[in-house]
Amino acid sequence: MKLNPFKPAGQAANDASPGHEPAMRVLDKAPRVQRRGFLRGSGLGAIGVVVLPAAPALSKEAARALTADQSFTHLGKHAGRTLVRMARDIYPHDKLPDKFYVQAEAPYDGLAKKDAALKKLLVEGLQDLDQRARKQHGTPYLQVKAESDRVALLRGIESTPFFKKIQGDLVTGLYNNKELWPLFGYEGSSWQKGGYLHRGFDDLDWL
Amino acid sequence: MTDQAKFSLDDDSVAVIIGSGAGGATLANELAQRGIKSVVLEAGKHYTQADFENDEWAMFNKISWLDKRISAGGWHHTQTYPNLPAWIVKGVGGSTVHWSGVALRFQEHDFHTRTTYGAVDGANVLDWPITLSELEPYYELAEKKMGVCGTKASGLPPMPPNNHYKVIEAGAKKVGYKNIVRPAASNSEPYDGRPGCMQLGFCMQGCKIGAKWSTLYTEVPRAQATGNMELRPECMVLQIEHDKSGRATGVLYVDGKGRKQLQKARIVCVAGNSIESPRLLLNSASSLFPNGLANSSGQVGRNYMNHATAAAVAIHKKPVYMYRGFDIAAVVADEVPLDTRRGFVGGYYLEGLAIHLPYTAAFMKPGGWGRDFASAMEMYDHMTCVWVCGEDLAREQNSITLHPTEKDQYGLPVPIVTKTYHENDDRITAHGLQQWRKLSEAVGATRVIDMPAYPASHNMGTNRMSEKAADGVVNRWGQTHDVKNLFVSDGSQFTSSSAANPTLTIVALAIRQAEYIASAMQRKEL
Ligand SMILES: Cc1cc2nc3c(=O)[nH]c(=O)nc-3n(C[C@H](O)[C@H](O)[C@H](O)COP(=O)(O)OP(=O)(O)OC[C@H]3O[C@@H](n4cnc5c(N)ncnc54)[C@H](O)[C@@H]3O)c2cc1C
Ligand code: SF4
Repeated sequence: MKLNPFKPAGQAANDASPGHEPAMRVLDKAPRVQRRGFLRGSGLGAIGVVVLPAAPALSKEAARALTADQSFTHLGKHAGRTLVRMARDIYPHDKLPDKFYVQAEAPYDGLAKKDAALKKLLVEGLQDLDQRARKQHGTPYLQVKAESDRVALLRGIESTPFFKKIQGDLVTGLYNNKELWPLFGYEGSSWQKGGYLHRGFDDLDWL
Repeated sequence: MTDQAKFSLDDDSVAVIIGSGAGGATLANELAQRGIKSVVLEAGKHYTQADFENDEWAMFNKISWLDKRISAGGWHHTQTYPNLPAWIVKGVGGSTVHWSGVALRFQEHDFHTRTTYGAVDGANVLDWPITLSELEPYYELAEKKMGVCGTKASGLPPMPPNNHYKVIEAGAKKVGYKNIVRPAASNSEPYDGRPGCMQLGFCMQGCKIGAKWSTLYTEVPRAQATGNMELRPECMVLQIEHDKSGRATGVLYVDGKGRKQLQKARIVCVAGNSIESPRLLLNSASSLFPNGLANSSGQVGRNYMNHATAAAVAIHKKPVYMYRGFDIAAVVADEVPLDTRRGFVGGYYLEGLAIHLPYTAAFMKPGGWGRDFASAMEMYDHMTCVWVCGEDLAREQNSITLHPTEKDQYGLPVPIVTKTYHENDDRITAHGLQQWRKLSEAVGATRVIDMPAYPASHNMGTNRMSEKAADGVVNRWGQTHDVKNLFVSDGSQFTSSSAANPTLTIVALAIRQAEYIASAMQRKEL
């Protein structure tokens, strides 16, 4: 039985009505993101990126590229796409729409505008990655088809400051994005809902 | 705060207390209740519960001590947390704002480890000058004051078991453990004017409703209300001053407006946590005390301990939602009694400690990435999490020292925190992780992931207690051997770390110290 995960406090989600066993309040972790929705992702607005209205009848691929493209006016489309591809290869969550990865990487564009050292780190790091990809596979990183090949390339640069910067920032850029928390079964702030006292702090039913 | 007492800078009748955390604020309130006047200087801001957010990183960034510190030595923190060796709060209430409330007493042998263990190679183990029976009445008072639920002293019932507790307890029982506890300094029902726990699950981010004990909303306002204590937040102490006879006379600090001030004092009590307290003494060197104040033994800043610790998550077949409810789950106490057959001295607790999704991502495998990592994160809602809290042996070379050239924003030398684990520490954590794996698999866990230690939250030992002046920094009352009117009132007094979390003992010692100070003042010894 699926239960509404967001019943208000006090209204126990697990009320044992006659004939029903009380059940654990289980969250649905399936993504419910519409394409249009993620093109206009509020998080993008929040970090100061202008989001254009979605062009009609875009393929999924094109839509994904578009979001990355629009977010990287300073570093450029290729850099943006590569960073987003990298982010997905570093923390591959197949169910997460691209917008979360874009949101995590997009701030670099604005930051690089103001911070020359950061810009150098990113530009040179991406160049190095592409160079390695060309040498091994004859294409830039973005076009390397197999995930395993891309991951091998990343393993090769794992100890560089560039990779460490991207990976380190992603830990918060991605997993601290409140929008994706429900997809991991995490509910976030609870005091305004009266905590978990009436929302399943002790409803474990499988032991 | 408006109606608190105000003391003038040249009032040399006041006790000056540095730090408003577990040790400092407890001492201030105990003194205030006895009519003794004090000025509490606190480096951090005065946040209130209204500022608390149920958000791990937001609160971390708001209240943590983020002034630069350097990690050195052989521990992994030099790689993973190079400028964040320790996790401490900079703010009124000190680390009792962040703390999760595990309140455990030391055992008898913890006070005489040198006698019990003998000389341990590569360690600097020493007996405390006090015994458990001397401290017991103060443990009682501390449990009552802090409202440690499930104790006789508070009369509060134990915290109800949450999902996370249930899984760990079931596993523990399956592997034969019997002593499963949940010692929490949080209100299982309304107590002492504060509400009962609503199972928010953000105890470590500052309890929004104030169910958990924190000096921020207990000791500090109560001391202020007596009219005997003045709290000065955003006042960072730079140096303790003394006269020609070697008596402490006052402290130099920078106030919130960046002005240097000198507050005179009758006595000075240092309670800045185990990194800042020795740093301050070392930085107060003078021609009379060339190696730092109260440092004739050379032990100031030495014997830095922070518990032999590691952590792990277990992934179960069904959901757990460990973050729902009080953040401490079952605490297994069966491995605490001394038993050298396991290949180490000392013991450890297996403490169920829930971390939320953002911290799990940061701490599960610092620097880790790839499908292996991501697939574990997708099972966040199925996780249980343990923190191994074991005895850490004192080693002289584990230390707080001052950087020779690098200075912080106050112009103080940046502290270097050097730590290398003793073989004994490594054996404790390895044993703990192995037992946790067994326990988790006993209830069907499909994957157990060992995690490295978190930045140190239990900091101890850098101004340790000793019978003889040559072996440590303070005597049985936390009074420095060298300077009669200078006290140490925080966890840096600890001679051994025990396996128990430190705060209950810090509070018990502070209550006892206040009693001593009050009677010594009466006897005109201070
Ligand atoms: C996340 C977390 C969880 C924890 N959980 C537990 C637990 O479950 N159980 C437990 O027993 N312990 C726990 N602890 C540890 C506990 O919080 C500390 O042991 C305890 O608070 C230490 O008390 P203290 O008085 O030594 O220092 P603190 O409480 O840290 O107080 C020191 C204060 O001094 C101030 N200060 C420092 N230097 C100066 C200066 N020069 N001038 C002015 N002010 C200064 C600081 O800003 C700070 O406010 C936890 C800690 C953390 C961070
Ligand atoms: S679980 Fe209880 S103690 Fe922890 S934050 Fe919530 S109310 Fe406070």
